[in-house]
Amino acid sequence: MRVPLSWLREFAPVPETAEELMADLVKVGLEEEDIHRPADELRGPIVVGQVLSMEPETHSNGKTVNWCQVRVVPEGQEQTLTGKGIEPSGVQGIICGAHNFKPGDKVVVTLPGAMLPGGFEITARKTYGHKSAGMIASVRELGIGEDQGGILVLSEIGLDPELGTDAMELLGLYEEAAEVNVTPDRGYAFSLRGIAREFCHATERPFHDFVEDYAARAPQANGSGYPVELDNSVELNGKPGTTRFVTRLVKGVNASAPTPPWMAARLRLAGVRSVSLPVDISNYVMLETGQPLHFYDADKLNGTLVARRAAAGEKLTTLDEVERELTEQDLVIADASGPIGLAGVMGGASTEVSDSTVNIVVEAARFDEVSIARTARRHKLISEASKRFERGVDAQLQAAAAQRAVELLVELAGGTAEEGVTDVALPYEPTVIFLPEGYTASRIGVDYTPEQIQSTLSEIGCVVERVDSGYRVTVPSWRTDLLAKEDLTEEVARIDGYDNIPSRLPSAPAGRGYTPEQVAYRRVLDSLASSGMTEVFAYPFVSADANNLWSSPDADVQVPSVRLENPISSEQGWMRRSLLPGLVDVLKRNISRGFKNLAIYESGRVFLPGERLGSDSIPAFGVTPDESVLDEINAGIPAQPVYVSGLFAGAEHEPMPHVQARPYDWRDAVDAARLVGYALGVEVVVTQGAHQAFHPGRTATLRTVTGELIGYAGELHPKLLQTLNLPERVCAFELDLDALFTSRTGVPQASPIYGYPAATQDVALIVDEAIPAADIAHALREGAGELLEHIQVFDDYRGKGIDEGKKSLAFALRFRAPDRTLTAEEASASREAAVANAAALYGAIARV
Amino acid sequence: MTETAAAAPDNGSSKSILERLARVLVENPEEGLDIVREAFEQESERAAALIQTEAENFERLKEIRLDFFGDKGSLSLANKQMREVDNAHKKNIGKFLGQARANLNKLLDERTAQLEAEREARILVEEAVDVTATTPRRFIGGRHPISLMKEKLTDIFVGMGWEVADGPELESEWYNFDALNIKPDHPAREMQDTFYVEPRAAHLLLRTHTSPVQMRTMRSRDLPLYIVCPGQVYRTDELDATHTPVFHQIEGLAVDKGLTMADLKGTLEYMARAMFGEEAKIRLRPNFFPFTEPSAELDLWHPGAKGGPRWIEWGGCGMVNPNVLRAAGIDPEEYSGFAFGMGIERTLMFRNNVADMHDMVEGDVRFSEQFGMEI
Repeated sequence: MRVPLSWLREFAPVPETAEELMADLVKVGLEEEDIHRPADELRGPIVVGQVLSMEPETHSNGKTVNWCQVRVVPEGQEQTLTGKGIEPSGVQGIICGAHNFKPGDKVVVTLPGAMLPGGFEITARKTYGHKSAGMIASVRELGIGEDQGGILVLSEIGLDPELGTDAMELLGLYEEAAEVNVTPDRGYAFSLRGIAREFCHATERPFHDFVEDYAARAPQANGSGYPVELDNSVELNGKPGTTRFVTRLVKGVNASAPTPPWMAARLRLAGVRSVSLPVDISNYVMLETGQPLHFYDADKLNGTLVARRAAAGEKLTTLDEVERELTEQDLVIADASGPIGLAGVMGGASTEVSDSTVNIVVEAARFDEVSIARTARRHKLISEASKRFERGVDAQLQAAAAQRAVELLVELAGGTAEEGVTDVALPYEPTVIFLPEGYTASRIGVDYTPEQIQSTLSEIGCVVERVDSGYRVTVPSWRTDLLAKEDLTEEVARIDGYDNIPSRLPSAPAGRGYTPEQVAYRRVLDSLASSGMTEVFAYPFVSADANNLWSSPDADVQVPSVRLENPISSEQGWMRRSLLPGLVDVLKRNISRGFKNLAIYESGRVFLPGERLGSDSIPAFGVTPDESVLDEINAGIPAQPVYVSGLFAGAEHEPMPHVQARPYDWRDAVDAARLVGYALGVEVVVTQGAHQAFHPGRTATLRTVTGELIGYAGELHPKLLQTLNLPERVCAFELDLDALFTSRTGVPQASPIYGYPAATQDVALIVDEAIPAADIAHALREGAGELLEHIQVFDDYRGKGIDEGKKSLAFALRFRAPDRTLTAEEASASREAAVANAAALYGAIARV
Repeated sequence: MTETAAAAPDNGSSKSILERLARVLVENPEEGLDIVREAFEQESERAAALIQTEAENFERLKEIRLDFFGDKGSLSLANKQMREVDNAHKKNIGKFLGQARANLNKLLDERTAQLEAEREARILVEEAVDVTATTPRRFIGGRHPISLMKEKLTDIFVGMGWEVADGPELESEWYNFDALNIKPDHPAREMQDTFYVEPRAAHLLLRTHTSPVQMRTMRSRDLPLYIVCPGQVYRTDELDATHTPVFHQIEGLAVDKGLTMADLKGTLEYMARAMFGEEAKIRLRPNFFPFTEPSAELDLWHPGAKGGPRWIEWGGCGMVNPNVLRAAGIDPEEYSGFAFGMGIERTLMFRNNVADMHDMVEGDVRFSEQFGMEI
């Protein structure tokens, strides 16, 4: 809401500047947004001048300009302003390209030394063979509107000021507006009336409600007004569409009369474009009182105005010349010709007030909030009127606002108010709330006295009655947001000031601290960072193709993805099933910024839709739903496990003195996955695997000890890297952290640590190339029995001396007994047993 | 000193010891002991002089050792001859020999230790490197400040006995709006530019705030309840210097008997001081949220703000709206609660002076690395 200060000052003793005003308003919850001050962009001298003569000159570029003599001081006087280019005679020679004026017209002249919006400095300069000293201004050049027909001729806006008058003053350009944010619950504050009231609350002044004056001047409804019928036969959410409808008739208006500059200036500062006098008046009254109005050209109406729901398929061409197809939920105003307006949202073209309109029917009505909100959104027509209706308009305001509009039409447009007044309304029942004694204190922590509570609520317009054990509070008609005792509680605290609330630290009962899961996940993130990786965040928006590539190991299997209805980018319109596509983007961005050695990771949720997506059983608003309903809702929410993934590119480090570079490879990805398991306290089982995004020969499948698939690690597919325009040998891992964590088993139990000496032996085995080392190690471990303490592969040799299709794997074995020093014979026997098992299971042959 | 002793030969060779020894034994058994002692002393002195002047390295030291202890070394020969010494003198002469051997061994050991020390010192000098002529062998990583900030904030509350709750990011419309007293068709629902899931009839969306966790925890946990919930939230804003469609909030919720707005203020004040130092203050300004009544905007007095201490908008808060408690099956007459929420990116922006939201979301490794493990 933009509040012109001079306007607000008519209703309350407003401070000098917008800054001071906003400092007051913020105390009662109207947050400061902006300041609008045209003078910040304009600098004089900008004065009223009169065109004495104009000589058209056509130049070689084909353009005709006018060489004008313009008097900028009253006749018979000399110029008192001084400055370069300002003629002491008071007559300036000015070249002007516009033609919409004639000698004798009074215009706005920006003299040399002036500045226009955009930092445009006016100087005397040579142009078209003359010295042009100043400019005859248009409204656009002054920053106060869009040009209609060239420069601003003051008579056309009803002005005949003395020459030399400060045109900035004349046009209201020294005025300023404060823009404050009105929260959606406080519809009444969407008006000068509401802001003035809040300002008085903030500064502890009594507020005089000027709307009461308008109401007092409004004539009583009678039978001779323009006929109206409320058809509330179709309700929405059990509520009638129209609760009140006032019409007034003003005849003989001059619709083409200019809008007075003060009104145009205020509208402009309030952010509303000046259109024509009748439209400007309706907007002015709306801004002032909060009541949206609609004016009809009475001569274009066909009989009784009916406020009703539209019939399905009915059409209406609105003021913006768009034909709209209506639905049964839309509220319309109709006459005998059909719908002539989208109630509370936008009028219809057929009955629009135009320059030639003579008789005007003024409508001031009240429509249901939800109905207007839906219609405005359905037709994408969020208007100043709909914004106010959907927030709730004062149910008692209509007659007063219509009176104000009639008065302005009479005063400014020369109309005559007809006596007929129509006021059709459903009975108005004010909201009455019982506020128990002590309730306010129990929620705010301040012991407000009964007098404080009563006076505060009275101040905001409530009628407060002291009753047994509390207060009976009748809410004023404009406070549609006050519905229950907690709302009154807020009002008491707000008007008294939140600063008066003391501070007290509540003591929570002893908590359980972080859950084991929370502790473990944090350790995962710390461990990966400590291992040299960098944590990043990527947006979870991806393409469906990316999900099918990264989340499905098999290229032939498509996976379901959650799609957004209104994504930021339609290409990235799906929710990720894998963190890797986002990480790939981050990797590319870093590479493009000159980095080649990168190890990055991310932990976050992925979105895995199941068979059901969502639920259409949304509980009714304000109802405590059954568990079963919530179970239904929860069952439709896709699984969103936390994953952790990483990418490695380039080298761990570059060459340095006496140290070779150490390029990242698939082992780094596998190690990172193991590290994650280590941080969680579980084992990650690594087996040879396959995934379409990974190198077919360099992929590890990651499983829990119970065999559940939880991810992949390895080198990315060289073809894919090429397609993605990534460097060679980028490696990756991805793990389902939730699934991995779930594999934890109880409290870790200690194994005894034996102090007897260990015996170490090596063994080299020749096996088929295809058999993974882990399988051989497993066979050795099984065969060796309990004496084997540790086994580690240390060589994988293929080539000379080894048959084609075979490889030699070398393992280091460490044996230890719990109760004695092992003899070499015992260790050898254990080793032989290990080899025998590997031979039996995989045909391994010990290499001598 | 006796005359004989004074007349002792100057040549301290092994032979002269033996000759004297023989002579003593034969000719002058009475005074011979002094002469023998002197002979051994002279031999010791000769060895000491050799070690001092000539034993420059291990090789020479070894030669010197052999001169005395080798097969033909003087003391070795003397040792052999002890067999021939008359029993009456054996003890005394053996003592002199033993002393000489011990002396010499000591000198040799000392010199060896000296040479070893010299050698070690030399090696350490030779092995010296320029420790600055390297770059870190391990790429130095870092945590993202958003996740560090989440932890920093939850640490404060866990320290007060609060617990950390969580909920889905892809959420039901009911939990995100209806359960929080945000009416359908109410402008408040439109204020939060929401990502909806296709089809709309599924009533799913990306949560626009962490507040749906309020309803989830109230329905699933026992009272009293004190929880915070950090998490990722979504709004359909375009990315610019201060907005991002994906961002993070931390939500707090307390439901207990007798909680008032004073408790809310005390909690926020504690949090502000923990984050921004003892000078920090908070201020509440009236505002509107459908799920709290009264509602307030939270301002922070940031003593370390860039450009000097000032008030900064930090978040929203209020007393839990009784309608929300009712939807959770909690009796709002018996219990009351307060809730608050603030943006984590925003907090980072003014606490750690992050000037541009792009840095927060682009994943440039320099951004995380400048913080390392601590914000």
